[in-house]
Amino acid sequence: MDFGFIIQSLPLYWKAAQLTLTISVWAIGLSLLLGFFCSLILYFQVPVLSLIVKIYIEISRNTPSLIQLFFLYYGLTQIGLKLEAELCAVAGLTFLGGSYMAEAFRSGLEAVGKTQIESGLSIGLSRSQLVRYVIFPQAFSVSMPALEANAIFLIKETSIVSAVALPDLMFIAKDLIGMYYSTKEALTLLVLFYLILLLPVSLLLTALERKVRYGQFGN
Amino acid sequence: MEQDILLEINQLHKNYDDRTVLNGVNLKVHKGEVVVILGPSGCGKSTLLRCINGLEPIQSGDISLDGQSISAAGTDWHLVRQKIGMVFQSYDLFPHMTILENILLGPLKVQKRSQEEATRQAEALLERIGLLDRKDAFPRQLSGGQKQRVAIVRALCMNPEVMLFDEVTAALDPEMVREVLDVMLGLAKQGMTMVIVTHEMGFAKAVADKVVFIDEGKIVEESDAELFFTDPKTDRAKQFLNIFNFNEEKG
Repeated sequence: MDFGFIIQSLPLYWKAAQLTLTISVWAIGLSLLLGFFCSLILYFQVPVLSLIVKIYIEISRNTPSLIQLFFLYYGLTQIGLKLEAELCAVAGLTFLGGSYMAEAFRSGLEAVGKTQIESGLSIGLSRSQLVRYVIFPQAFSVSMPALEANAIFLIKETSIVSAVALPDLMFIAKDLIGMYYSTKEALTLLVLFYLILLLPVSLLLTALERKVRYGQFGN
Repeated sequence: MEQDILLEINQLHKNYDDRTVLNGVNLKVHKGEVVVILGPSGCGKSTLLRCINGLEPIQSGDISLDGQSISAAGTDWHLVRQKIGMVFQSYDLFPHMTILENILLGPLKVQKRSQEEATRQAEALLERIGLLDRKDAFPRQLSGGQKQRVAIVRALCMNPEVMLFDEVTAALDPEMVREVLDVMLGLAKQGMTMVIVTHEMGFAKAVADKVVFIDEGKIVEESDAELFFTDPKTDRAKQFLNIFNFNEEKG
């Protein structure tokens, strides 16, 4: 193991980690937003839109994420639509994550029992109050573990953006291996950096989960 | 007496698709009266309560509260339900809220009362059922009986004009039934108007002013409580009451 090489490469990895993180944050945020609206459309059975959402979810979940990204980056160019690589990466990961988040939210919403809704109505809550004070908080507690798993999944899934020439962690590692044949060092650093990114996120989310779910589920 | 009528139901019909559940029910509930509804399973007792509270749409007939129709199209259920407290078999406290938050949700968000005043009332009510020290607990930390008492308080804290109880002890262990029934007896003594669906015959006898016996979606017999249990008029009611007597003993 060439430690000199490792130390020299650290700034490169650090910079790449920042890109990975930036793409992750955008992708997770937008996926949550997209997923949330899709789940509402499904839950309230909005005509027409719910059919569109169902089709979207099936396409998103049953095609490889790499292909989705290629489609956005190379496919759209064919019809004269050229998107920035960063934009493609975020859009591609959001397209992927949105469906998973939608299903996570939906399972939470559907877990709120009919009797809870009746009990809320019987104390005079309006529809919107019912959604806000009774349905959402309970649905969110139920969805939380799935949402977290999806967030972690999306961070890991960012490694595909190297395929559209974005200098993320995966890209840097492949680059170093290609240029210097330093496979051991490059891959070790790669694993380490993903761990450095993911472990704190994991721990943070677990703590958040405990806090959010305490009332309903205890410890 | 007529002007004392709080709740009046006229010719209520309710179907689920082509199955008739309530077939022309007439009922008057006076202010301060405790009406117990009895009847075999599936006779429409619970459905009747749910229609009064607007949880089930009705096909025809009229329900009025305080002389005002609440079954007409365009009824503002948001307002009406504040006057009708309802307690369910499965308690249905909100699991993500503490006991106090459960009780205060309606008074604060629906009635827009002040935090201070509503809290004072909620705590007084909790004190009365002996659960004030559990106000910051979550529902999952309470026993079934305790949860059901809190559910009663949650409805009471809205200061309703009438309380509906839908088999509120049916899901409870026998030992916990009593504590819930005692709370209801206390309410009856204070003059609360109550409509109670129950299978607890002893309790029905103790609490009821009037007994309404429903079978197959119709009121078969309606009479003074004392009279109903000692001298039922209809064969159907006699037959029903007999179920609860064990005349034969183990040889």
